[in-house]
Amino acid sequence: MEIHELTLTEVQDLLDRGELSGTDLVEGLYTRIDAVEDKVQAFLELDRERALAEAKEAGKAQIAREADPGPRAGVPVAVKDNVCTMGWKTTCASRILFNFRPPYDATVVARLRQQGHTVLGKTNMDEFAMGSSTEHSAFHPTRNPWDLTRVPGGSSGGSAAAVAAGEALFALGSDTGGSIRLPAAFCGVVGLKPTYGRVSRYGLVAYASSLDQIGPITRTVADCALALGWIAGHDPLDSTSLAAEVPDYRTFLRPEVRGLRIGLPKEYFGEGLDPEVRGAVEKAVQQLEEGGAAVLEVSLPHTEYALAAYYLIAPAEASSNLARYDGVRYGFRGEGSDIVELYSDTRRRGFGDEVKRRIMLGTYALSAGYYDAYYLNALRVRTLIRRDFEAAFQKVDVLACPTSPTVAFRLGERTDDPMQMYLSDIYTVPVNLAGLPALSVPCGLNHEGLPIGLQLIGPPLSEGRLLQVGYAYEERRGPFPRPQL
Amino acid sequence: MEVENGPGWEIVIGLEIHVELLTRSKVFCSCATGFGGEPNTRVCPVCLGLPGSLPVLNAKALEYAVKTGLALNCEIASFSKFDRKNYFYPDLPKAYQISQYDLPLCRHGYLEIEAGGVRRRIGITRVHLEEETGKSLHAGTSIVDSPFTLLDYNRAGIPLVEIVTEPDIRSPEEARVFLEELKRVVEFAGVSDVKMEEGSLRCDANISVRPRGASRLGTKTEVKNMNSFRAVQRALEYEAARQIATLRAGGRVVQETRHWDDAAGVTRGMRSKEQAQDYRYFPEPDLVPIVLSPEQIEQWRRELPELPAARRERLAREYGLPAYDAAILTASKKLADFFEEAARAFPDPKMVSNWVMGELLRLLKAENKELDQVPLQPSDLVGLLSLVRDGVISGATAKEVFEEMFHTGDPAASIVDRRGLRQISDEGALREIVRRAMAANPDAVQSYRQGKEKALGALVGAVMKETRGKANPQLVNRLLLEALREAKP
Ligand SMILES: [Zn+2]
Repeated sequence: MEIHELTLTEVQDLLDRGELSGTDLVEGLYTRIDAVEDKVQAFLELDRERALAEAKEAGKAQIAREADPGPRAGVPVAVKDNVCTMGWKTTCASRILFNFRPPYDATVVARLRQQGHTVLGKTNMDEFAMGSSTEHSAFHPTRNPWDLTRVPGGSSGGSAAAVAAGEALFALGSDTGGSIRLPAAFCGVVGLKPTYGRVSRYGLVAYASSLDQIGPITRTVADCALALGWIAGHDPLDSTSLAAEVPDYRTFLRPEVRGLRIGLPKEYFGEGLDPEVRGAVEKAVQQLEEGGAAVLEVSLPHTEYALAAYYLIAPAEASSNLARYDGVRYGFRGEGSDIVELYSDTRRRGFGDEVKRRIMLGTYALSAGYYDAYYLNALRVRTLIRRDFEAAFQKVDVLACPTSPTVAFRLGERTDDPMQMYLSDIYTVPVNLAGLPALSVPCGLNHEGLPIGLQLIGPPLSEGRLLQVGYAYEERRGPFPRPQL
Repeated sequence: MEVENGPGWEIVIGLEIHVELLTRSKVFCSCATGFGGEPNTRVCPVCLGLPGSLPVLNAKALEYAVKTGLALNCEIASFSKFDRKNYFYPDLPKAYQISQYDLPLCRHGYLEIEAGGVRRRIGITRVHLEEETGKSLHAGTSIVDSPFTLLDYNRAGIPLVEIVTEPDIRSPEEARVFLEELKRVVEFAGVSDVKMEEGSLRCDANISVRPRGASRLGTKTEVKNMNSFRAVQRALEYEAARQIATLRAGGRVVQETRHWDDAAGVTRGMRSKEQAQDYRYFPEPDLVPIVLSPEQIEQWRRELPELPAARRERLAREYGLPAYDAAILTASKKLADFFEEAARAFPDPKMVSNWVMGELLRLLKAENKELDQVPLQPSDLVGLLSLVRDGVISGATAKEVFEEMFHTGDPAASIVDRRGLRQISDEGALREIVRRAMAANPDAVQSYRQGKEKALGALVGAVMKETRGKANPQLVNRLLLEALREAKP
């Protein structure tokens, strides 16, 4: 038995039975990392010794509370590099934070540590989570484990690729416009974007604060339920976090969909959708129908404006969130004979092109004279999109659709065409604008052997229901293949 | 420049005041507030704006901001929100300030002042809550020409209210009087200690002039960098005169920001490079809107302490003081509290008032101290006044004792005893001393009897000399007069 072939759920079992320790897991995963990381390049920071030391420390703390019959912990988690981790660099894959070591843990990381889990390493991403391919990392691209000439999706490409490649059992991603779900779909793994406010954003380096949300990337839906339970919950340090009680998400893992109403938003099956992707998603929906779910078509009429609204709201917030990187206090510092030159040189050389493009877009959208036409109108569209979903959820329990219109594209294929790149997120972006939870589950391979993702969208705080539908689908689908590396 | 704002011109002034609130912790994190301290010791990821950190609103800061609004007769918004004000400056760690833009906490208030014997109501446009910036220490004169700049973020994140007035102020003096009254109001409301020298109250002014009777406002300038109330008045006097002189000479006032140079006594236009900033305000996505119930607002209104105007009135009424005394005693809350505590324990409030306004203020001013910086307590003053009233010490001795109390905080009685200042009021003993003094000074007795009343002074002096000043002067006088009368041939 190789550790990298286990699921998180199986590992939890072995931990509980005392047949495995956190250090075993670190050793096992680093053995796998040694074998495949050269090809995949999912990580920005790996440190076997640090990971082992963390696992040992956590193990000691567990032994100290041996009398406590609670579940054992000790899972080393791969953490996206925009989530603050004490002891590990947090660069956001940007030159401007190339050496930044935060003096604090993000709430999600602190929670994981409190439960006895540790950090395995930091994963690659598009710089500041801006991108859909992880090619916008300032350090190196990550490759799709299913085809090393293709992108893993983004921006949490490192996290998804690490899980797909067996380098991690569970990785944290962040999703602002699809950054968990898209790479999960491209890499054939499970990714959940929770309801806005379900998981604390404290310690998540902000891209677009009103859209950002941390979530788990795992190999199976059951693993996702387990991981979500570890990180979800109210955080007094995040004013936008929700107070609602966190259920035990594993209790939703029943292969039962009888009576469930599934809506197919017609706008998500239109032009630009790859026929093979459509076929796989329709087949998945059919399997759920066979299980007793009712399937009906619904409409989300404002979908066509979602991408435009997103590319005003997200850059607007980003232009403000990223203004603090000025070379004065931490990170990369450029040169200049006065403060204005210092700012300019720091930001000119510290940020990549895509980040600069979005900062300029956002600055423009917020400028006097343009604010009403761009930012305010985008907010109005956002409200309309939220209402579209509210109306749809009057009729159905969940929505099913593709996660992305295509499978993973080739490295370099879209880097010169931002518009083409942005279209990868056309089915994921509306969910963030509405603050809803959504799950991506692998639902097949295309003729080239590339994974396709099924996206399930629910009303606020319906994570349990999404996991239930995802689990029921998984049971009908059967085990998903692994990439050959 | 000659101040020339004669009857032909009207001055129009609006003020923008920033006041630091007196909360124990900062507005969006739990770091301690407080002046001074080793640089960068009262900081955390939030007030340093480190990547990933998020603000959480301090409930006390919200309460104090609302109370400021209530004290200024404002309407309190049941729904308001925070916005980001974006600009680059090294003392602003996030490169945006969390502030309030279109939905401030408080609006439509006023403050009544009395300047030059005229009572006026100055409109308050708005009061909103925001965060303080850090502090830059330039090695040179400004960040532009400094070889280096040091940054201290201890101050960053201290809660701040911005108070904006309507352009209702009509003279530089009125501006100063308004600020003095505003300082008293926020101090009495218990929301700030308003120490201008520590920067906890700052003021910028918009000023324009127009020919009297004109309906359109003149072009305004914004005056900054005024570091005392006196400086505000001087700067505005200068600026009004400058604008009038410019217009009289056929010139035009340029809309600009001008810096007050206190040493030179002039305002100077800032480099034209500093154009109108576009702060790109937008709603702060990291904080939820502020929703206040009418019950909560009423609760805070009820908790509001007595404000200066009400207290002035009450002091005059309750203690039978002249309006002049009441105004001086309410110059600060501490002083008014001191007076009242003493006046409640002593039957003659006017006597207390005289001592507070006289000796106490004189010594505070001479030593440039605040009331809370000296050990003297109201009970000490009561003790002293009781000794005077009971004839144990004379008024002159009391001043000496007061000065010692002021510095040491020792009770009056023990100072009097230690220094042997107790008056001799024993009639028998004094009668004997009086007799001896008359015997030893026959010339003086003679002169007095010949109608030279001044000669009495020499006899009093002789008694005092023998008693080393401790004889009760009224008693000595009476006994001497009696003795002189009796001994008449
Ligand atoms: Zn702090």
